[in-house]
Amino acid sequence: MFASLTSIRTFALAALCVAATLPLSTANAQQATELQITYDGAFLPSELRAPAGKPVTVKVKNNTAKAMEFESKTLKVEKVIPSKGEAVVNVRAQKAGRYEFFDEFNEKARGTLVVE
Amino acid sequence: MLAALIIVFREVFEAGLIVGIVLAVTRMVPHRHRWIAGGVLAGVVGACVVAAFAGALSQLFEGMGQELFNAAILGIAVIMLTWHNVWMARHGKEMAGELRAVGQAVAEGSKSLLALAVVVGVAVLREGSEVALFLYGVAASDGGTAMSLFLGGLLGLVLGGAVCLLTYFGLLRIPPRALFTTTTVLITLLAAGMAAQAVSFLERANWLTALDTVVWDTSWLLSEDSILGRTLHTLIGYTDQPTGMQLVIYAAVVLVTIALMRLVGSEPPRHAVAAG
Repeated sequence: MFASLTSIRTFALAALCVAATLPLSTANAQQATELQITYDGAFLPSELRAPAGKPVTVKVKNNTAKAMEFESKTLKVEKVIPSKGEAVVNVRAQKAGRYEFFDEFNEKARGTLVVE
Repeated sequence: MLAALIIVFREVFEAGLIVGIVLAVTRMVPHRHRWIAGGVLAGVVGACVVAAFAGALSQLFEGMGQELFNAAILGIAVIMLTWHNVWMARHGKEMAGELRAVGQAVAEGSKSLLALAVVVGVAVLREGSEVALFLYGVAASDGGTAMSLFLGGLLGLVLGGAVCLLTYFGLLRIPPRALFTTTTVLITLLAAGMAAQAVSFLERANWLTALDTVVWDTSWLLSEDSILGRTLHTLIGYTDQPTGMQLVIYAAVVLVTIALMRLVGSEPPRHAVAAG
């Protein structure tokens, strides 16, 4: 009886631990490197830096009168930023390297995220 | 003008493929044009609404509104496609065998058409909202270049329509007997690919972080950006850097579809059984 109760308790505890490690919400997300960039027809700054192996959030502020789309093929992100608006783009942890991003609606505007 | 053409074409390309497939799937169903045109129209209207409220949408859910919206409508499309497959497994044979009264076949056919019309609507809505935003931006800017950009955009749309027709007539070249199997496989993989895409949106929103590491990288072999990569991305959900969760969900949708089709297809046909 006592033993079974303990085993139930152990099981419940184990289940709880497993549930706690399942990272299903933002609360458990790894600490991300926060970066900021503004867009006024070109990206400012045009080069961002972040450490490797950690997620990155880029806050993009669009100062133009047109909507833009922040996109990077290599980072697998794509997000519309309304005119005069700002948005946060979540980038998953990356290996060291240079990752290019651009405005999909104006591909001349480009920038790089340097992960090191 | 060329830039505008490319931007718009890239967006309407995917919708064109999907509408082409749906047209081929429904080639035998009466009144299909009405439903599919309705889906396209609803998608266009929806795209304009989404574009108009893009600012408000992206502010929702702590700035992750766009991602969650995309995941949600992709989820709807996955359910509709799966439902269509299951429905066809049950009724396809009966319809082909003309066992049913024409009236009933039409009524039930339109149930499945509604599902496919929703899929068309979702495809147009997703791709169209970006086109609408881009063209709106063009219209808001100075007049001289705007006209040529607008023309480019229009040409991009026409090319997207051409993709749709090519897909449709390409599929119709398949002999009728093999066509049913082909479209069933196509729709299953389309649904699985859309589900994997929905997962990717949830991952970008940080709502789903379980199994979110990239399992393999085949971008050296076939980039998702190349024309072939994009086509396969739409058709079968090709991704050059899939995460574990994307693979799990992809496999799950395929397996569930097969299981449901077996289950429903093997039952003896009864009257007035709604499949979902």
